[in-house]
Amino acid sequence: MTRAPAAWLAACVLLLLPALAWAQAEPVRVGSKQFTESVILGEIARESAHEAGAEAVHRRELGGTSILWSALRHGDIDAYPEYTGTLTHELLKDVAPDADIATLRERLRPLGIGITGSLGFDNSYAIGMRADRAVQLGIRRISDLRAHPGLRLGLSNEFMDRGDGWPGLRRHYGLPQAQVSGLDHTLSYRAVASGAVDAIDLYGTDAEIPYYRLRTLADDMHYFPRYEAVYLYRLALERSAPRFVEALRGLAGRIGEDAMRGMNARVKLEGASESAVAADFLGVRAQADAAGFWLRLLRRSVEHIKLVALSLALAVLLAVPLGILAARVKRLGQWVLGLVGVLQTVPSLAMFVFMIPLFGIGAWPAGAALFFYSLLPIVRNTHAGLAGIAPELRESAAALGLPPGVRLRDVELPMATRSILAGIKTAAVINVGTATLAALIGAGGYGQPILTGIRLDDIGLILEGAVPAALLALLVQGLFELVERRLTPRGLRIEARQ
Amino acid sequence: MSRETGLPGAETPPRVAFALERASKRYRGATALDGVSLAFDAGSVTALIGSSGSGKSTVLRLLLGLEWPDQGCVKVDGRVLDRGDVLAWRRRVGYVTQDGGLFPHLTAFGNLALLPRHLGWAAPRIRRRAEELAALTHLPQGVLERYPAELSGGQRQRVALVRALMMDPAALLLDEPLGALDPIVRHELQDELKAIFGQLGKTVIVVTHDLAEAAWFAERLVLMREGAVVQEGRFEDLCDRPASAFVTRFVETQRRLPERRP
Repeated sequence: MTRAPAAWLAACVLLLLPALAWAQAEPVRVGSKQFTESVILGEIARESAHEAGAEAVHRRELGGTSILWSALRHGDIDAYPEYTGTLTHELLKDVAPDADIATLRERLRPLGIGITGSLGFDNSYAIGMRADRAVQLGIRRISDLRAHPGLRLGLSNEFMDRGDGWPGLRRHYGLPQAQVSGLDHTLSYRAVASGAVDAIDLYGTDAEIPYYRLRTLADDMHYFPRYEAVYLYRLALERSAPRFVEALRGLAGRIGEDAMRGMNARVKLEGASESAVAADFLGVRAQADAAGFWLRLLRRSVEHIKLVALSLALAVLLAVPLGILAARVKRLGQWVLGLVGVLQTVPSLAMFVFMIPLFGIGAWPAGAALFFYSLLPIVRNTHAGLAGIAPELRESAAALGLPPGVRLRDVELPMATRSILAGIKTAAVINVGTATLAALIGAGGYGQPILTGIRLDDIGLILEGAVPAALLALLVQGLFELVERRLTPRGLRIEARQ
Repeated sequence: MSRETGLPGAETPPRVAFALERASKRYRGATALDGVSLAFDAGSVTALIGSSGSGKSTVLRLLLGLEWPDQGCVKVDGRVLDRGDVLAWRRRVGYVTQDGGLFPHLTAFGNLALLPRHLGWAAPRIRRRAEELAALTHLPQGVLERYPAELSGGQRQRVALVRALMMDPAALLLDEPLGALDPIVRHELQDELKAIFGQLGKTVIVVTHDLAEAAWFAERLVLMREGAVVQEGRFEDLCDRPASAFVTRFVETQRRLPERRP
């Protein structure tokens, strides 16, 4: 009993050490957003850097624009592919919507960020419909949509919210549609193909446009800004990794629209890996990146379990004392329970994103988010376990003349064991599931293949993450039941049976 | 082995006198005790009687320092009990409640050993003491290794009594110790308890709502009603010289109960 805290502490330190070591020896880090084109461009950056003799790693599919941008600003990544339209409309304030790259370069310099020239293609937003439906309704241009207020729009969440997205488009064209739903971009193609929605937003280089036989509507009133692809990088690299910067700049003007659409199609429609496509484009041999299935599984399992175990261990260290405090001091207890309850209501994705300014990207913010999620079940169950002890028994311990600390350790906590362990079990099982979202902010784990699988519409890949995650959840559940049986005092089990 | 106290392991016969002085206690506005003064001489046996809610249990709880009086005080050997003394004081008092108050996660022996272990007694000494007291209270062999949930009601109360006696306390406070037992076991234990009180020479207070049981245990009875003492004296005093109509009614009602003893 007394040795347990020391063991927990040792476990925490052991889990922390590799993370620290890994944080130090890091080559240049390229990030990419959570869509295929960005991942391919990330791979191209990594492989051309390698060709130029600079080592780079690629942390793929980190999430949306805000995550990548803040990661770059905080130095959690060193470079990532971006689009000029995003810079002018979303990331930089007070910049003309049609500002050229030279202007953007001036504006980015004070932020310590550099920008390459245009890579050679413009991937602006567009509105697309199934070609047969467009023909049937006689729609060729965006302004034609005004005549069909009943059309259902399925817009990517990012497009729905950004200033240069749906709100501006609707105002600019005076669009009347009321049925607008937010979708994940990778799902919206299937939604429009199946007829669940009539029109979606898309990017000019999307591989799916020809595949699903979509028609892109002409932007006849010139609303959408240009989205020239560029790389953003931290200016500090010019000194620390000049070859990398040189390699990035060397890519300017080399990727045309057709080339990009072709690469997207090879990944999304033919199932080629981003690495292979990028290597083919650069005319080099793909670096062995495809680890075997078991090795991949092992790596992800380690990432996933490390994340869950560490966050859970730290949560236990805080939540059990908090639960004790809540049970001891009633008024404070209400506050404590309320606070951890509020934490639980934060949507998990939002929680992960909130952690980025505090912890950057990767395992740390993900662990922190999971830590906060673990608190409620443990605090609540610790509190409930202690509060549920019959007052006569608590008094009987006091009447013996045992000091409060001994009463807590030898009487109250053992009697609350079952409840506390159940709380930890709940937290652990929830954590195993929630940790799949951690891949969104670069923490890897079983969420990685799930994300990629959703992006590539590859059920096999989704299962590669989902099945081990489910198995792990079952394993954790079973493990805790075993622990519960071992740790619950025998007398309580006998009592419960009666 | 058997000394004057009949209790093995006692170096000097522990004796203590204590008292409530003009003690009042209110719970959320309801008066539980209203300016009660009661003295308990060293070595005396007193029974507190009255119906539920009369304040009997509150007297014990105040004496143990589990609650503190709103007015008045508790005195132990003439000194006012304060919060700093309370742990040491509770260890000099054995306390048994109606349901025994045994901890379900520990065996009977684990329950007995809890306090001695905390006070640094060596394991053989705890074992020896537990077995002596088990013999004194007629606990059968092997009961000490069982969990409370595996014991009968009577065994549980015996174990609770042994736990209260482990440190050879100077006083025993028993709150309806037999209230939850069936009549046969109850009579058996009444006999045993009386014998033990006679041997030990401790200051004993028994709380009960049963007049016959009170008279069986104690020379001195204290009848309480609504937080105040109504009458104090021997059983005969209550019967022959009742202080009020309430006392007469209380005695009459009790006499009709079948389990009354002569």
